[in-house]
Amino acid sequence: MLATIGKRLLTVIPTLIGVVIVTFLLTRVLPGDPAVYFAGPAATPESIAEIRKNLGFDRPLPEQFVQYVNDLAHGDFGSSLSTGKPVATEITSRLPASAELTLLGLIVSLVIAVPLGILAAVKQGSWVDHTCRIVATAGVSLPVFFTGLLLVYIFYFQLGWSPAPVGRLDAFATAPPHITGFFLIDTLAVGDFENFRAAFGQLILPAMTLAIFSLAPIARMTRASMLAVLASEFVRTARASGLDNRTVILTYAFRNAMLPVVTTLGMVFSFLLGANVLVEKVFAWPGIGSYAVEALLQSDFAPVQGFVLTMAVLYVALNLLIDILYGVIDPRVRLEG
Amino acid sequence: MTETVTMAPPAAPVAEPKPEARPDTNSIFRHARYVMSENPVTGFAFALFALIAICALIGPYIVPYDPLASDTTATLQPPSVRHWFGTDQLGRDIFSRVVVATRLDFVIALSSVALVFAFGGLAGIAAGFIGGWTDRIVSRLADTIMAFPLFVLAMGIVAALGNTVTNIVIATAIINFPLYVRVARAEANVRRDAGFVQAARLSGNGEYRIVLMHILPNIMPIMMVQVSLTMGYAILNAAGLSFIGLGVKPPTPEWGIMVAEGAANIISGEWWIALFPGAALMIAVFCFNLLGDGLRDLVDPQRRT
Repeated sequence: MLATIGKRLLTVIPTLIGVVIVTFLLTRVLPGDPAVYFAGPAATPESIAEIRKNLGFDRPLPEQFVQYVNDLAHGDFGSSLSTGKPVATEITSRLPASAELTLLGLIVSLVIAVPLGILAAVKQGSWVDHTCRIVATAGVSLPVFFTGLLLVYIFYFQLGWSPAPVGRLDAFATAPPHITGFFLIDTLAVGDFENFRAAFGQLILPAMTLAIFSLAPIARMTRASMLAVLASEFVRTARASGLDNRTVILTYAFRNAMLPVVTTLGMVFSFLLGANVLVEKVFAWPGIGSYAVEALLQSDFAPVQGFVLTMAVLYVALNLLIDILYGVIDPRVRLEG
Repeated sequence: MTETVTMAPPAAPVAEPKPEARPDTNSIFRHARYVMSENPVTGFAFALFALIAICALIGPYIVPYDPLASDTTATLQPPSVRHWFGTDQLGRDIFSRVVVATRLDFVIALSSVALVFAFGGLAGIAAGFIGGWTDRIVSRLADTIMAFPLFVLAMGIVAALGNTVTNIVIATAIINFPLYVRVARAEANVRRDAGFVQAARLSGNGEYRIVLMHILPNIMPIMMVQVSLTMGYAILNAAGLSFIGLGVKPPTPEWGIMVAEGAANIISGEWWIALFPGAALMIAVFCFNLLGDGLRDLVDPQRRT
């Protein structure tokens, strides 16, 4: 198992190199003067020239690339123009907010989509199946920012069940002490249940928005792969041997059907990390997505570059995790590896 | 579409000037009609598509109000007989804006898909047909793009290229590139040494001619399915980018930016400003997804779900 993981880790290296090259190229080779972007909209020719010299844009490209990689290796992502703060610290401090939101969204979505997909496959043609199909088709067609606003309208304005969409906590609450950066965990750790409820209340709508968005591919895949497995011979044998329905479905079929679903998670993460940016914008969530959007609109390029790189590295890491998980679920992958 | 079928004369090939073309188109239509009767949803999707196409083509000429004209006496009006979808903060008619926006959203999605169809399809065919280093370079490029969360990469590209509508088109095309490469590569690869290709080669056709005259027509149907499926995604992506403030500038009517404009009013209860453009967006994406599924049934019956 360890050897498999080690081998898989090695395959990450070329991907990471590709990612770093692309984020580097995004600033340097594309048409337009990178120094102008870095200098911001209110720059004079002198300040642009100075920035070009300071950032090393007057040197040859390979040399710049080495410099860029060297900076990255030292955790230096450059500094934001508008705030002057280093991008790396800003991203690290905002990352937990985004991670908490995305993970909760994914968990909610898995908790709903997997049973829905299983039920739809087991009771093929029933109303559960039709519900599953409608959810799957509607889910991929709904723009995530639109779902978010719809939820805000229903649950905040009409029903008054959820608090105003103004970030992780309302303005009067104090943030819990920083332990993990996840408010749900931190408030529980210090036993502050009132704040836990407040943080949970803020989190539930954006998390639901993300969940609705990612439900569709997971439910669809679960249904399809459960159908395939249920039609297979070993399931027929298990049934013929007199095992009860529950054991056949959960122990025999489900474990095998999970493999394609786990593979789909890679794609789901790609969608989720992108959708996260839009959801953060709708709910004024102080994560890295809204940081990047703010910077984008001010042509402040260093934060955007750092953001794209962080997201890509996270995504590569998540895919790696999925592959390892795949090996845990399916022993055959381990043997072949 | 069904109209064409019923209007076609019941096979009188002798009277036609071009007898050989008749049965062919006829069988395609018959097949299309068969698939549609099997799956009425596809027929519905075609009807929706027709509606969207009409809005895109003649939308600006049929709307009751100027989409840019503000009317300070009628701001934030809820939907009524005068303003079907209500009015926004500046008193602009939302119905007119939603209809007029169809063209821009449609053109953005269509041009990005056309762009990636040309480049991605070509690169994929080259990779699948030639193999070797071409394949390695193209596949590596596609893999590298796939290593990014796609919307995030699109943001980065627009940020680097500059904040314009053209660059939204380019960014959307780039993030769809891997999908097209994969499909075209796989399809070209299985046909590389197929019997009909070898026969064409034996009878003295050059490699370019084989790709153009034999491989490409065979790959076309499956690529068209891909086009329809990615159109929906392209619309979503472009609208998402303009929602966060990239590309299209206000006051231009565009669905993503209109939802963004209405976002602030949601918490004070003026739901119609964001709802109608959002719903238009949803219907358009829904239509292309259904259409893609329907076309796939038409082209590739084995993969029918």
